[in-house]
Amino acid sequence: MKVLQVVSSAYRATFEEQDDTVLWLTQAMKNAGGDLDVLLTGNTVNYAVVGQDASGLKFGQWKQTQPPRIEEDLSRMISKGIAVIAVADDLIDRGLGDSALIEGVRRVHRGDVARVMSNYDQVWRW
Amino acid sequence: MSKDKTLTFAFMEPPFESARGTTVFRIVSEAVRSGFDVNVFAYEGAVMMSFARQQQHANAVHGRDIVEENHPLPKDWVAALLAEAAAKNIKLDWANCGLCVDERGAGEAIPGVRRGTPADLWKMAAESANTLVVGTH
Repeated sequence: MKVLQVVSSAYRATFEEQDDTVLWLTQAMKNAGGDLDVLLTGNTVNYAVVGQDASGLKFGQWKQTQPPRIEEDLSRMISKGIAVIAVADDLIDRGLGDSALIEGVRRVHRGDVARVMSNYDQVWRW
Repeated sequence: MSKDKTLTFAFMEPPFESARGTTVFRIVSEAVRSGFDVNVFAYEGAVMMSFARQQQHANAVHGRDIVEENHPLPKDWVAALLAEAAAKNIKLDWANCGLCVDERGAGEAIPGVRRGTPADLWKMAAESANTLVVGTH
């Protein structure tokens, strides 16, 4: 079985969880023998952009020592064989069309998303 | 348990926050009523759905005491679905993401709900005709 994880809700609890919860779940299932890829849509295409820095969260004397590192998470996922695909139109809509993306991230045009989905047994949209 | 008669649901919605949670319960209920074996993987805030310490309360705005108000508790919905599945001799496997439970201090789930891992979700999905995931937005 092959599953496509469609992530459309960006930065959902990323500070509390120190990652994106669906990207984390994807890696955990991959480590358990699952076969999954990821499609970034809407605002989550920003995950693919190089140079993110979410450090510095501080409340009183409390400081976050391990901020979310989405860029590293995506690179690790790609290195483990999880395809990460971003909707190109969503990048362009957000002024990110010319931005450098994490190495290995593929772009797909919105009109081709259905064709991509047809390669999977199940599509999970979070 | 045949694959084409098994459905898996994964959801993230916490109780008392949006209509999504109730909708998930409606769909799970219909699947149980229709005789499907059902797997549920409660992820993130959804682990609170089966938290045993949920309590009813009176409601002064409604002008009702605690008995009259009979405030709905999702843990009772989970229990009712587990009981219905057992009565029909079909499977309802309700697993809470263990790490999600820990970070919320929500270890006290009602009887019949178990602790699970992402590996359980993958296994559930692989054994199912299809999987519906409902995320928070």
